[in-house]
Amino acid sequence: MKNLKKTTKVDFATYIGVTLAFLIVSVLQGRDMLTNAMASWLVPVCCFIVMAVSLNLVVGISGELSLGHAGFMSIGAFSGIVASMSLSEAIPLAPLRLAVAMVVGAACAAVAGFLIGIPVLRLRGDYLAIVTLAFGQIIKDLITCLLVGYDKRGLHFVFNLDGLRSVNDLHLEEGGVAIIKGAQGAVGVTKLASFPAGYILVMIALVVVLNMIRSRTGRAIMACRDNRIAAESVGINVTKYKMIAFVVSAALAGAAGALFGLSYSGLASSRFDFNTSIMVLVYVVLGGLGNIWGSVIGAAVLYILPEALREFADYRMLIYAIVLILVMLATNNDQLKALVGRIIPRRKEAETNG
Amino acid sequence: MVFFSYLISGISLGSVYAIIALGYTMVYGIAKMLNFAHGDVIMVGGYICYCAMTYLGLPAIASILLSMVVCTVLGVVIEGLAYRPLRQAGSLAVLITAIGVSYFLQNAAQLIWGVTPKIFTSAVSFPLPQGLTDLGISSEAIVTVVSCVVIMIALTLFVNHTRMGKAMRACSEDKGAAQLMGINVNRTISVTFAIGSALAAIAGVLLCSSYTTLMPTTGSMPGIKAFTAAVFGGIGSIPGAFIGGLLLGIIEAMAKAYISTNLANAIVFAVLIVVLLVRPSGLLGKYVPEKV
Amino acid sequence: MAEQKRFEKGKMVPVPSHSIIPERDLDKSPILECSHLGIDFGGLRAVDEFNITIGRTEIAGLIGPNGAGKTTVFNLLTKVYQPTRGTILLDGLDTAGKITAQINRMGIARTFQNIRLFSNLSVEDNVKIGLHNQEKYSALTGVLRLPKYWRQEKAAHERALELLSIFDMQDLASHQAGSLPYGAQRRLEIVRALATNPSLLLLDEPAAGMNPSETAELMENIVKIRDTFQIAVLLIEHDMSLVMGICEGICVLNFGRIIAKGTAEEIQANPAVIEAYLGKQQ
Repeated sequence: MKNLKKTTKVDFATYIGVTLAFLIVSVLQGRDMLTNAMASWLVPVCCFIVMAVSLNLVVGISGELSLGHAGFMSIGAFSGIVASMSLSEAIPLAPLRLAVAMVVGAACAAVAGFLIGIPVLRLRGDYLAIVTLAFGQIIKDLITCLLVGYDKRGLHFVFNLDGLRSVNDLHLEEGGVAIIKGAQGAVGVTKLASFPAGYILVMIALVVVLNMIRSRTGRAIMACRDNRIAAESVGINVTKYKMIAFVVSAALAGAAGALFGLSYSGLASSRFDFNTSIMVLVYVVLGGLGNIWGSVIGAAVLYILPEALREFADYRMLIYAIVLILVMLATNNDQLKALVGRIIPRRKEAETNG
Repeated sequence: MVFFSYLISGISLGSVYAIIALGYTMVYGIAKMLNFAHGDVIMVGGYICYCAMTYLGLPAIASILLSMVVCTVLGVVIEGLAYRPLRQAGSLAVLITAIGVSYFLQNAAQLIWGVTPKIFTSAVSFPLPQGLTDLGISSEAIVTVVSCVVIMIALTLFVNHTRMGKAMRACSEDKGAAQLMGINVNRTISVTFAIGSALAAIAGVLLCSSYTTLMPTTGSMPGIKAFTAAVFGGIGSIPGAFIGGLLLGIIEAMAKAYISTNLANAIVFAVLIVVLLVRPSGLLGKYVPEKV
Repeated sequence: MAEQKRFEKGKMVPVPSHSIIPERDLDKSPILECSHLGIDFGGLRAVDEFNITIGRTEIAGLIGPNGAGKTTVFNLLTKVYQPTRGTILLDGLDTAGKITAQINRMGIARTFQNIRLFSNLSVEDNVKIGLHNQEKYSALTGVLRLPKYWRQEKAAHERALELLSIFDMQDLASHQAGSLPYGAQRRLEIVRALATNPSLLLLDEPAAGMNPSETAELMENIVKIRDTFQIAVLLIEHDMSLVMGICEGICVLNFGRIIAKGTAEEIQANPAVIEAYLGKQQ
């Protein structure tokens, strides 16, 4: 029971920490103590926390390197935007519409995750990584070719394969709106996202991932990570559990994408490129593989850090790069680890990831 | 005729990918790391050559050589400072460090040379007979293809017939055993990075000669594509990188010409996925099943 | 008893294998029947004409010199390798076309020669992963933590401790599996295999790296496991004191073929076995 209690404690500390942070920031915001720039970070930070937590499920818990996580965010963002824009009359209540958009985003990303997972999960190691990278690029390029409009007759799609089509090819009726305009991306989006919605999404993601890790599903996923052959030998269907991790992760990324998409009035698919995937991966690795609260902190700090460094203008990304390299060198340095080990006596008990 | 000119541009582009992929594949084969900073070394190579020609007024050959020297030093320094301390660390730690190096190079280049694209005058241009230019063959294409073939042959000979080459093959099989046999593993890896970076410099010059613009992000996409090419051919295999690069270039050029400009990259990646599903270790890679 | 001279030197004699099934199991159908089992690696016949029958509660041994193909037989039985030829009947059911995970659910559990624990997880979690297919709640139930989740998790926790107590390991439950001493890791592998509720337990060199007193304890425990769970055990072992001490039927493998089958006394007296281990007498 001791073990169970410890992990439960860690989980609750995570929930409480996130809630406290939300309350403090909300109070600050209420008293106008945040600059406009700071206020504009709030929703994206929540989105990237969810991205990091969900990617950690694949990279840390399931042990497969994914380099295309932004692709699922992208699918979630654009499907969420389409859902929200086309339902604006059917569901006038904004928070409800946001929730529906996030569910749609999550569902679309989950379907994509399942379809992509079929080929991807047959591969191993670096080959799997490169294929996720490839899918991320393909998703980005496909959305660049997509034209979507909405009018009284419903949704209209045109796939701009030859690059010659335009919004006119959607043949929208009077009063119809073009929602996604190819390379330009989504335009004229009604912003629905709010910080409380972001907080709720973060909490949902945490509950889903943490509770899953502590259940038989999560144990099976970690078993496949630690030793694939041994997992098979105790009757675990490895492909099934890798797929569960992959699809759940995609769904959460999709929901985060929908929230992200609905926090801007315009959004291009190039926003979700390889660099975005890598950025989230950096949050996960620096936060600690398999360490969920680490991902929360990693995403929050590393998203805000470059933003806060804006006064250094040109130097900020250079500083970020140097900090990144130094942190990796420091955390993997044996002498340094030994030093830390002497200060904090190593606990002998198992860290059940989290 | 039109098809032929597309084919030529595909082969030319593919040769650039192949040169970059050769560097990638050697580094992967020996250090077992995905060096995401490789593409940015290409960009640095392009800038050095540009500066040597524009500001120092050096002749093209000297500029290319200078660019190779600078990139070689850069590659060895990066390896020594950023990757060597992580030799015992997990592959993800090295991957993230490589990404850090990539950010660093891009942003340093942006500080030094600015974000506005530089117009790169071809370093390998020479007059061609009318007949060839009518076919869509440029001097850049000829130089690119020829250098790619020469480099491939030279590398194969180097790896198979020299002491250092043998050391490299040994390190790629088993670093621990190689060390016990008296091979200096660190030196071997440094040499590999040196060769890979010198190749990246050549690729940078050739790439910029064909496409004439140069900016801090020039190297990213070719870097990713070349990585794809290396995986396509079977990562770790020198002929694999050559074939993979060439095929990738041709597929990309054909997709651009006949299917869709917007989707050319997507098609390239889709082909990669199909190839990996049929042959999980690429065209020429060897499949090593896990021993129980 | 009728076939005293069935082990002729250098000859592969098909043995009516029921002769080594313990008498108490004779009236029940055997748990495992392999016939003509074999696998080729390239041109090499790694295992060929492997025929064996194991009784319901038999402790059987598989011995042979290094490289004889013993672990390959385990990999064939658990479908880590797909056999090139032959059939495996488990409790009368054909295992053709099944994958490793399904084989486990059909009733074969195994340990590994080179220990394969889930080394980042706790000892208890390792056992609970063995209990995976006996816990019957869905992923959604787990995420929502419905009452079923709490009930089954509590049961799994208790069962895990109970299983660990076979080897007196319940106090180690919260330790990280990878940090255990070598012998404890081997024992944990057995516990994990038992957790899957098998009817046939395959042990690949369970005593490797153990000292004589640990080995003696292990022998007692293997018999205890058989008696408590009423299951069959097939073990690969180089420690002859263990094999001769507890195995009721022994099968000797050399160059991928069975060269002898019989009881401990029969095997010890068998000239083909002696030759395989010590070489031909001059």
